[in-house]
Amino acid sequence: MKLTNSLRSLSICMLLGLFLVSCGEKDESSSTETDNFDRTQMLTDWADIIIIPAYQTYTTNLDALNSSYSNFEANPNETNLEALRLSYFNAYRSWQKVSMFEIGKAEEIGLRNFTNVYPTDSDKIEENIATQVYNLDLPSNFVTQGFPALDYLLYGAADSDEAIVLLLQNTNYAQYVSDLLSRLTALSKEVLTDWETNYRTTFIENGGSSATASVDKMVNDFLFYYEKYLRAGKIGIPAGVFSGNTLPDAVEAPYSATNSKVLFDEGFEAVRDFFVGKSFYSEEKGSSLSDYLAYVASQNESTNLANSIETQWTLVTSKVNDLSANLNEQVITDNSKMLAVYDELQKAVVLMKVDMMQALNIQVDYVDADGD
Amino acid sequence: MAIDSIRKINSFLKEDTKAAPLAVFRIFFGLIMCISMIRFWYHGWIEKLYLVPKFHFHYAGFDFIKIPGQFTYLLFILCGLTALFVSIGFKYRGSIVLFFLSFTYIELMDKTTYLNHYYFISILGFILIWLPAHCYFSVDAARNEKLKAQFIPRWNIDVLKLMLAIVYVYAGLAKLNYDWLFRAMPLTIWLPSKFDIPLLGSIMHEKWLHYFFSWGGALYDLFIVFLLLWRRTRIFAFMMVLFFHILTRVLFPIGMFPYIMIVGSLIFFEAGFHEKLLSYLSKPFRFSTAFFDNGKTYVKTRIDNFGKKILIVFMVFQLLFPLRNLLYPGSVFWTERGYRFSWRVMLMEKTGYANFKIVNGKTGNRFYVQNDDFLSSFQEKQMSTQPDFILEYGQYLGNHFKSQGHEHVEVYVESYASLNGRSNQVYIDPKVDLMTVNYTQLCNAHITPLND
Repeated sequence: MKLTNSLRSLSICMLLGLFLVSCGEKDESSSTETDNFDRTQMLTDWADIIIIPAYQTYTTNLDALNSSYSNFEANPNETNLEALRLSYFNAYRSWQKVSMFEIGKAEEIGLRNFTNVYPTDSDKIEENIATQVYNLDLPSNFVTQGFPALDYLLYGAADSDEAIVLLLQNTNYAQYVSDLLSRLTALSKEVLTDWETNYRTTFIENGGSSATASVDKMVNDFLFYYEKYLRAGKIGIPAGVFSGNTLPDAVEAPYSATNSKVLFDEGFEAVRDFFVGKSFYSEEKGSSLSDYLAYVASQNESTNLANSIETQWTLVTSKVNDLSANLNEQVITDNSKMLAVYDELQKAVVLMKVDMMQALNIQVDYVDADGD
Repeated sequence: MAIDSIRKINSFLKEDTKAAPLAVFRIFFGLIMCISMIRFWYHGWIEKLYLVPKFHFHYAGFDFIKIPGQFTYLLFILCGLTALFVSIGFKYRGSIVLFFLSFTYIELMDKTTYLNHYYFISILGFILIWLPAHCYFSVDAARNEKLKAQFIPRWNIDVLKLMLAIVYVYAGLAKLNYDWLFRAMPLTIWLPSKFDIPLLGSIMHEKWLHYFFSWGGALYDLFIVFLLLWRRTRIFAFMMVLFFHILTRVLFPIGMFPYIMIVGSLIFFEAGFHEKLLSYLSKPFRFSTAFFDNGKTYVKTRIDNFGKKILIVFMVFQLLFPLRNLLYPGSVFWTERGYRFSWRVMLMEKTGYANFKIVNGKTGNRFYVQNDDFLSSFQEKQMSTQPDFILEYGQYLGNHFKSQGHEHVEVYVESYASLNGRSNQVYIDPKVDLMTVNYTQLCNAHITPLND
């Protein structure tokens, strides 16, 4: 009798427990904010004053690039080529402001891979143009499209500006440039539209603490961009950090290499602005990672990591100031300056990947395996 | 005196008790293991953790364990199926041996996935090999009148209680350290990010809660076994077990572990409880436990006599092995020497970063490795906080680049780690060529001491 009773109370406990567990699992993505740092506000600010404006500017600049190209097609001359190049550069610069936001639709369609994989493959581009058989949707064509391909076509496809103007009048070339532009435009609009219609809400409402929640994902994307694309792609790889010998042609935009440092500067600025929550349009600041770290530091009475990270970036800037505008030339003439920038960028990786991730309890880990 | 106590132990080893608790243990153990295997597959972890990565971390002495490619799926099928057989007690001895071997093989394939509770399962699997858990309420016993028995030697159940006691008490002792008790670390880091759990979410950032959970957790681990052993506190203790493990399940991603511990704790209940439980279980099958109640005692075979000796040695080993870190200098949390296989569960938050530099010793030419060319992000994460991983990977890189034609290869690591909210600090001496040291040398001379 007694046993039956205890069995009954045990099974009630089990049921209660299971109920709790299932609640825990269901609620993973809810956005109820209950501690003192308002993550929803941070996500809202990220979306409204940084990410969406950055995409808007990017698509606007792509539209301008398209119309410059139409002008050039109508009147192919060196003046219009120069105007086209300027529009290309503007669009490329604004791309740097959205590159790190590979989340939502951008992640789904692989925006970055179709926009800015470099070094580009000029032989394959020429082959595509000659055969006119190509499918830009394929991963094998990452290296024949986007800005790096435009860089080649607008600057490197022939020896002089005059020759380039001539070359671009060839129907096959004209078609290819036009295909590249429409693809860039279509992809960027697809992402922007998604942000403006659905994804903003999804992004903000996914305010929980699981590995798939917006804050965790965004911070991982941010770090991934910083480490792989800014530190390695723009500086480390051309400086030979990963190969032992320098690779000057691996800089971003090698055919218009005087632009290459500006492209780095834009990306670096995007990183810093995102970190401190600076609005895309003004000096106004929203809620940010920097605030989040300050909040955690005040809770734990520990030093504010955000200060250490920002100080480190100031050091990066001082080294970046020593670089020539042409990173290709910089690698060839004095690579030690590139390495100096790399080293300072690297120190911030340690602060972010080790200290920041621990402070915010965000896992640098995309595998959802068990722990114990 | 000595002879007297030996006599006591001897008579204890001969005492008999009902077989029902062991049968219940067998049924749930097998069932949970079978579910675990299916769950592992379902989450795509076989592929993600074992098939996708090109490189795998080995346990010392088990370098020969390889991932059998697509046969890994067969290994999981074998493991899940034998677990089910164990559960229903079908061809028990063979099944439990195969279960133990396949499960342990899986665990040895890559050190990255080490979890204390996987180790615990391997241990239970090993112990069960030597216990007649199939003599009651099993297919085997139903088909074999000679095997069927209502009573078994008492130590067959006590050995499992002892194993659970070792796990809990050592886990409790491991929590008696400064960070856990007086800084409420790592719970201070972990709990605030659980702001979105039901009911408790709003207080997860409260300092007092971190201390309450830290001290409560330590006391729970230290004393729960004793509360379970004592009949008068048993029901209360089991409620605590439920509460504690369900809470940890809600708070942390710890998979099947809570269920294993909850079911494992049932072994402390008296036989009557288990008989009741079995008759509940058999009801839907229109089947009565009375069928197995033949009043007989299990007839020992040669395996059992051998098994008894094996288990005595094994349990002594289990008592001593977790203490081995006392032999090594430095904080076990920092060096991680003797950290594994010692019931240090959820004890620390450690993050790290390791950057490997390949140098040509003759020319000084150098380059850095991009870890994601070789490791999954999970492997990279585990590698960056554990010296044995750093060494094995560093040496692998050295040999890899040698085989690619690089000459005079030296491997250096620039590594940083942070423990329980401290600032990051240099982890492994960046001046040591990893190709020239072994693990002992690395630990003794080349781990930067923890700044406290």
